[in-house]
Amino acid sequence: MSTKDMMPQFTLFQPTDIDNALDLLEKYGERSWKVAGGQDSYDWFKDRAKRPEAVIDLGGIADLHGIREVADGIEIGAMTTLREIVDNPMIAERYGVLAQAAGRVASPQIRNAGTLGGNLCQDTRCWYYRSGLDCYRAGGNTCYADTPEGMNREHCLFGASRCVAVTPSDTAAAVTALDAQMVIRGPAGERVVPAEEFFIGPAINITRMTVVEPNELLIAIRIPSKWAGADFYFEKVADRNTWDFPLVNVASSMIVNNGIVEDIRIVCSGVECVPKRIVGAEEIVRGSAPDAETADLAGSTASRGATPLNYNHFKIPLMENLVKRAIRGNV
Amino acid sequence: MAYKHIGKNFTPPDVRAKVTGKAKYSEDFRAEGMLFIKLLVSPMPHAIVRNVDASEALKMDGVIDVMTADDVPNIPEPQMPILTNHPKYVGDPILAVAAISEEVASNALEKIKVEYESRPFVIDPLVSLFPGGPDVHDSGNVALFRGKAERHKWTARDFAAADDDELPRGKPQSEWDYGDVDGGFSKAALVLDETFVIAGHPHQSMEPRSAFAYWENGKCYLHASSQSHTFNVPDYAKYCGIETEDLILIAEYCGGGFGSKGTAYPIATIPAHMSKKVGRPCMMRISRAEEYYLGSRRNGFQGNVKLGFSEDGRLVAADLYVVQQSGANDAFPDYANAGLALSLVYQPVAMRWKGIPVATNTPPSGAQRGPGQNQLACVMEPLMDKAAKTLGVDRLAIRELNAPDSDSKFGGQRSPVSSAYLKEAMRDGAERFNWEEKKKESGQRNGSKVIGIGVGHAFHPGGSSGFDGLLRIAPDGKIHIHTGIGNLGTYSYASTSRVAAEVLGCSWENCVIERGDSRRHLPWNLGQFGSNTSYTMSRTNYAGAMDAKMKLLEIAAMDLGGNAEDYDVGDDKVFSKTSPKKNLTFAQAAQRAIELGGKYSGEEMNEDMHSITKASVTALAGTGLIGAAKDKYPTKGLPPALASSFIKIELDVETGKFEIIDYVGTADCGTVIHPQGLEHQIRGGGVMGIGMASLERIVYDPQNGLPANVGFHQTKPPSYLDVPLEMDVGYVDKPDPTNPVGARGIGEPLMGCAASALLSAISDALGGVYFNRTPVVPDMIINALAEKPQSYKTLQVSNQ
Repeated sequence: MSTKDMMPQFTLFQPTDIDNALDLLEKYGERSWKVAGGQDSYDWFKDRAKRPEAVIDLGGIADLHGIREVADGIEIGAMTTLREIVDNPMIAERYGVLAQAAGRVASPQIRNAGTLGGNLCQDTRCWYYRSGLDCYRAGGNTCYADTPEGMNREHCLFGASRCVAVTPSDTAAAVTALDAQMVIRGPAGERVVPAEEFFIGPAINITRMTVVEPNELLIAIRIPSKWAGADFYFEKVADRNTWDFPLVNVASSMIVNNGIVEDIRIVCSGVECVPKRIVGAEEIVRGSAPDAETADLAGSTASRGATPLNYNHFKIPLMENLVKRAIRGNV
Repeated sequence: MAYKHIGKNFTPPDVRAKVTGKAKYSEDFRAEGMLFIKLLVSPMPHAIVRNVDASEALKMDGVIDVMTADDVPNIPEPQMPILTNHPKYVGDPILAVAAISEEVASNALEKIKVEYESRPFVIDPLVSLFPGGPDVHDSGNVALFRGKAERHKWTARDFAAADDDELPRGKPQSEWDYGDVDGGFSKAALVLDETFVIAGHPHQSMEPRSAFAYWENGKCYLHASSQSHTFNVPDYAKYCGIETEDLILIAEYCGGGFGSKGTAYPIATIPAHMSKKVGRPCMMRISRAEEYYLGSRRNGFQGNVKLGFSEDGRLVAADLYVVQQSGANDAFPDYANAGLALSLVYQPVAMRWKGIPVATNTPPSGAQRGPGQNQLACVMEPLMDKAAKTLGVDRLAIRELNAPDSDSKFGGQRSPVSSAYLKEAMRDGAERFNWEEKKKESGQRNGSKVIGIGVGHAFHPGGSSGFDGLLRIAPDGKIHIHTGIGNLGTYSYASTSRVAAEVLGCSWENCVIERGDSRRHLPWNLGQFGSNTSYTMSRTNYAGAMDAKMKLLEIAAMDLGGNAEDYDVGDDKVFSKTSPKKNLTFAQAAQRAIELGGKYSGEEMNEDMHSITKASVTALAGTGLIGAAKDKYPTKGLPPALASSFIKIELDVETGKFEIIDYVGTADCGTVIHPQGLEHQIRGGGVMGIGMASLERIVYDPQNGLPANVGFHQTKPPSYLDVPLEMDVGYVDKPDPTNPVGARGIGEPLMGCAASALLSAISDALGGVYFNRTPVVPDMIINALAEKPQSYKTLQVSNQ
């Protein structure tokens, strides 16, 4: 076993436009690696657990950067840093849940370098997988976490399919709660995928977390105006209050009219490989007042269908409580 | 007593280099032609290396050599090896590659083929104690500190006699008792009988244990990350296979050790051996992951404690059994320290202690801040609450009732203490915290938040004696205070050097501290561990300075007439008490010492000093006035370091998270010699205690012995946002009668008091849920609040 902390050689490309990046991706395909903020990539390389031949640094592509108004809402370039999202007045005013989620990612230093696209596309933190073991997700034929003795406190309640890893992304819950549209560009042109379909679980593809193909790029995230200025809630529960991944987090967007909830989206990370929409709770809340009674009823259904592993049943009351808070607020 | 330096703040001389980045740590050094080392470590928790094939690696451009256990001195088990063919934990270093760069060395590692024969491994001590359970060492499963490994197995009947939730108790490795323990229990108004588990976390030093070495003219120059200096030179020389005088240790700065770099550790000599083999300087940078793999950690505990209380809360009987999860080496005797700590801090009328340290296939364990004492605090303080609440006694009053004073004894030997003012520390803390008012807030709800009030105490021995003080007054009048204690980061090396300045009545600006490099001719001092520096080094430097002072007085008497008693020192002069204008400056006196020779300039010296001190005196002889003496001041029992904490938290019953609203830490460490340094220790120890009690993780997979936590983001030491921004500090400041300036040590219990106070506060917020387990992390709190069972079995280890 080598003891890490030393990158192997690779060829570094620093394209300055999207087409150039796509050409490189087309050429190197699965032998390539896209670097956004690099906050996760470099760890993978230093651990020698991922060994791409070509590393494509997206940092020099101006078109991937920035926050702009579009016809129906706003569009955020995938390479916009988390810090820029936290500081952006338009996002704070209209889509506060995203600003809050971005503000709870990792630590200030990481948010200065880390990007929204990178945070959304990041790989799972399953510690067995990160140890470089030959698990299903790493292309092997076993799961070390889902065994009678596996140490799986951080793993999933829902959607296990050979792999029991969860999404660690704070912003993934927020963009799903905002019904964001993910703009993906590849050799065949552009396609736009709703956030809910963007993230994929192991039953669909066990070796990656999103629909983005190796020869494609996530170029932007569009937030529709429907949810602008809605009642938002974001809360992350982690062991530490900074530089930590969520045990469970919740993001919600709620449109309330005359005291009645017209529409709501509630999403949790840390409970499934994809951000988990809590549709049962949403249905209970729609048409009701967002009061404690509704919150209790909706919260108590939030974990319906959960299949806890040996060390993570605490996530059931935790996500129920967070869903309650998303509806009635933290009082 | 009015002091000129003692009790005053000052700027330690190494601060500026640290904050400006100019301080050079081991890995910052460079030398012409140097090579870089990378380690191949065991992927298995227990194995025998059957074959190493490095032929392909050795053919690679830039690869210079490969070194295995066969190339380095064998250090007999259960001590840590330099390299090993019998890896005993995942991460145990098997071989080292030297190459022209770390990248080349890392590439070479991938080309080396190692054949392993797997051996049964064990993470849980109880599994090893079961008949037929795996042994980590060839000679057994119980490894004694600086001793041998022995085979201890309990009987199946011992295990059958215990329920699943109860500690099985077979024959201990060691035990003691005093008083009528069973009689005490039978008469007790309340008996608590509790099973506990305390995790042993890594030391979390910011600087990994990187080392750099080269040889010149038969001497080995070793740059190591070390808390201590002179004390470690003989062991490093031994590990290098050379005489003590041929080892030059350079260790000017240490990026944190917390006990893990207190004594010499064999792997630091890997670059020395490689350098000798290849004839070039060698740098071995240890990565963060490696620091977790092969660094050090606290011993874990599984145990049982039975406590008998009288109606008013007096602890009339205590019975403690500790099974220690030791790791793969001769771990520190935390299990024994825990027994002594219980007997000292809570003064049971009668007590029995039993313990056994069991080796496990986990990284080597070493002393970590309060080794045994702080685990014991985490066991005891919540249980003192439980007793107080059951008996209807105030939680502080029950502690004060049982607290030691200067006449108290401890341990099976009923040993004395030099002085103890824990009750005064409790009262000071209670006043600062406003205990009487705050305790009324316990359990108050505000929305989803509930208030918890906690109190905690801890102890560690706080000093040693019998080491050598050395200083030199140069002909330019500068006072060079030579200190071999080391520099672990608390600045106590500097504050205790000021004791010499105090004795000599000289200005601090005229003092130069000589330290950090064997070439600076350092005296034989204890290592900078065990909260001993303030006590030991103030005695030591007092002794050295008194020797210098006597010589100054004698020279003055010789040159200016009269007797030595007619003179005194002050303002960098030796002067006549009756007519101060009759004086010699230190510069003049030093010049006279050189002229006089003999004892004055170090050509003669006291024979009772250590050979290392004598060599340093000899090297300095003739260059000034030499003060050199062994500390032979009287002792009277153990000088204790004692500390008290109070904590208020707000715990969110919906998330299991809490915020620390108030923190007060109070130290009983005798005379305070450096208030600012002490205050930093109280706060820093508090932060570390918060981590121990509620945040840090050390998880092992029981299927393959893999550690889950090999980065700061996985081991989770506290961040700024997990600790209170304001932490109030206090100190008793009553002198210890056995130290010439009244000082005692303090560093270690400042962590244990905080950890145990936080556990106390969490249990209080939860209305009396006692986890009997450390750390208490959010999932445990959430399960307790949801009235769900916990995920772990009562005696499970390495799961949090």
